[in-house]
Amino acid sequence: MSTEAPPLSEPLEIQFDYTRSLGPVLGRFMTGLAERRIEGVVGSDGRVHVPPVEYDPATAAPLRDFVEVGQEGTVLTWSWCADPVAGQPIQRPFAWVMVRLDGADTAMLHAVDVTSPEEMHTGMRVRVRWADEPVGHIRDIAYFLPVDAPDDNPPTSPAPPRTEHDGIMVTPIAASYQHTVSPEESRYLRALGEGKLIGQRCPRCEKVYLPPRGACPTDGVPTTTEVELPDTGIVTTFCIVNVPFLGQQITPPYVVAYILLDGADIAFLHLVRGCEADQVRMGMRVRAQWRPREEWQTSMRNIAHFEPTGEPDAPYESFAHHL
Amino acid sequence: MNRVSVVGFAQSDCVRNTHGTTNGVEMLVPILAEAFERTGLSKEDIGFWCSGSSDYLAGRAFSFISAVDAIGAFPPINESHVEMDAAWALYEAWVKILTGEADTALVYGFGKSSAGTLRRVLSLQTDPYTVAPLWPDSVSIAALQARLGLESGRWSEKDMAEVAARSLADARGNPKAQRSGDHSVAELLDGPLTADPLRAHDIAPITDGAAVVILAAEDRARDIVPTPAVITGIEHRVDSPVLGARDLTRSPSTESAGAAVGIGEVDVAELHAPFTHQELILREALGLGDGVRISPSGGVLAGNPMFAAGLARIGEAAQRVMTGDAGRALAHATSGPALQQNLVAVLEAQA
Repeated sequence: MSTEAPPLSEPLEIQFDYTRSLGPVLGRFMTGLAERRIEGVVGSDGRVHVPPVEYDPATAAPLRDFVEVGQEGTVLTWSWCADPVAGQPIQRPFAWVMVRLDGADTAMLHAVDVTSPEEMHTGMRVRVRWADEPVGHIRDIAYFLPVDAPDDNPPTSPAPPRTEHDGIMVTPIAASYQHTVSPEESRYLRALGEGKLIGQRCPRCEKVYLPPRGACPTDGVPTTTEVELPDTGIVTTFCIVNVPFLGQQITPPYVVAYILLDGADIAFLHLVRGCEADQVRMGMRVRAQWRPREEWQTSMRNIAHFEPTGEPDAPYESFAHHL
Repeated sequence: MNRVSVVGFAQSDCVRNTHGTTNGVEMLVPILAEAFERTGLSKEDIGFWCSGSSDYLAGRAFSFISAVDAIGAFPPINESHVEMDAAWALYEAWVKILTGEADTALVYGFGKSSAGTLRRVLSLQTDPYTVAPLWPDSVSIAALQARLGLESGRWSEKDMAEVAARSLADARGNPKAQRSGDHSVAELLDGPLTADPLRAHDIAPITDGAAVVILAAEDRARDIVPTPAVITGIEHRVDSPVLGARDLTRSPSTESAGAAVGIGEVDVAELHAPFTHQELILREALGLGDGVRISPSGGVLAGNPMFAAGLARIGEAAQRVMTGDAGRALAHATSGPALQQNLVAVLEAQA
C-alpha cells in the first residue's frame, strides 16, 4: 500500500476594489477630509458624532447638522499591535486607539505612530498626521501622532486610494489564503498530470462523478470507489460564443459545451473545436485533444479541447436525463 | 404554540489546521453521520436545512454551495444559509419550525479559520466606510475593549487569567478541545503581553471545525430521543456598529436578549467569549452568579471554530440537558467585533 501524498495546496491571492457611494453624510465627511477638515454630525441629544452617523443611534432620526471638530484629541483606550497585518495604517509595531477629537463626543478608531508601548497611555493627547495628498477617504488621516511629535516626512502610510468620481470611495481589498483541494480532487488533478481521468462512484446510487467530490451530492455519503474514465464522450448541450470580452483567449465564434465522458454521470464544461461552430450538435461524439506532454500540469488545461470523432451521434434518450 | 427542541448534536475536533477544503465537506460528512446515528434520523427525515459560514473566511464565493454536497441535496431540499455564526442559522430554523412549515431541521456551521489570516479577515466585518479600510484586526479591537475595563476597574488581569485557567482546566475533559491544561493564574500572568493588554491565554485559538444540531418540533422530539432539550426562549440583539459610540465594557444587546428570554435559574451557561474579558462582560450582562457552571466544555478559549462555535455552544448546553447533567441551561453566541451581536437561548429538559 502506498502512502498518499498530502492534498495539493497553493497560495491564493484575491484582489478586488469595493466602490461605494457615500451619500450626503459620509460624502460631506470625506469631502472635508480632502480639505483637511474633520466634521462631525450633531445627534438628537446634542452629542457630536465623529465619524458622523447617518441616523441618530437613539431616535433613528436622519442627522444633517454638521459641525467642524478639532484635529487633536484624547486617547480613551489603546492596544499594542506588535505584528501589523497588510493594509493597516502603519507597517511597523504601533498602537491602535479610540481617540475622541476635541469638540466630539464619540471616539474614532485609528492608529498612533509611536515606537513602543511605553510611549502610550490613556488620556494622552494626539493629533492627526494628514496624508500628503488627501483625496476624500478615511485614509486621508494617515494616522495620529503624539501631539508634540514632529511630522515625519513623508508619512509612512501609502497614499489614500483615489477615485475620479465625486461621492464615491474606493477601498481596495487584498487577501491571501492557502487554498487546499480535497484528497479526491488531489488524486484527480495528479492523475490529469499523467494524462488520466479519475472519477468516483457513489456506493449508494452508483453514479460516477468527475471531478470526484468526496461526498455524493445526491446521497451525502462519502464516495470512495475510483473509476478511470476514457477521454471520449458526448456533447450534451452547448453554446456558441459570439461575444468578445476582456481576457478572451479564443477568437469568436467558438463552442463551449457540456462534455459527458463515457461512463460518467455528470458533465463538465470544455471547448469543442476541430469543426465549424455551427456543426456542433447535441449528442455529438467527441474525444479529448491533449496538449503536448511537456506542457502538462495537475490541471484540466492539459486537455486543450474536444474534437468530433466522426462516430454516429448518441440518441437523445441516452443523455436526456443528464441535461 | 408548539415549541422547538434540540434532539441531536455533533461537532468535529477543534484543530489548528486541517488539510480539508474551505467548503467544509471533509469536516461535515462525519459529523452529519454521527448526528443521524444518535437520533436515528436520516436525511429524508429533515424538513429544513440551514447553515452558517463565511466566504471571506473561505476565500471563495458561494463556498456554502459546495458544502451542500455534504448533505446530499437531491432531490431538492429546503435549504437556507446565513453569512454568520450558525447559531443564527439555528434561529432561522427555529422560526421555520414555529411557522409549521417544517417539523425537523438540521443546522450546521463550519469554518476553516486557518486558510487566511483570521484576525485580518475579521476586520472586514467592520464599518466599510470609516473602519474596515484601516484593517483593524479582531485581536487589536478586543484589546482596546479589555483596556477600557482594566483601567476603569471593572475587571483585572487576574480576573481574566482566572477565566483562562478555568476554561483550559475544564477542556481536559473535552476530547474535541484544541487547547487544555493545568495552569495556575500566577503562571498565566507571568506570560508576556502579546497584544497589550492581552496575553496569549486571553485570546481564543485559531480553529478549524464544524458543528451540527438537529431540531424537532416539541411534539415530535420525544419520539426521537428520550430527553429532548426544549428551547424555552431564544432571542438575539445587536449593538451599534459604531465602536466609538458604544460603552465597550458592557453588552446591552446581551442584557436585552437575556431579559427577553427570561433566564431564571440555570445550572450551566455555555458562553461564546473569544476573549477572557468578554466572558466577564457576558456574565454580568446575563446576571450569572457564582452558582452557575460556566462553559464546562472549556468554551471557545479551548477551541473557536469560526461560524460554528456559537452553534456548538447551543449544542453543548443542549447535550448537558439531554444527558441529565443540567436541568436548565443557557447558551450564548456572539458575532462581530467586540461582542457586537449576541444571541441567548435557554434550554430545559422536555417534560
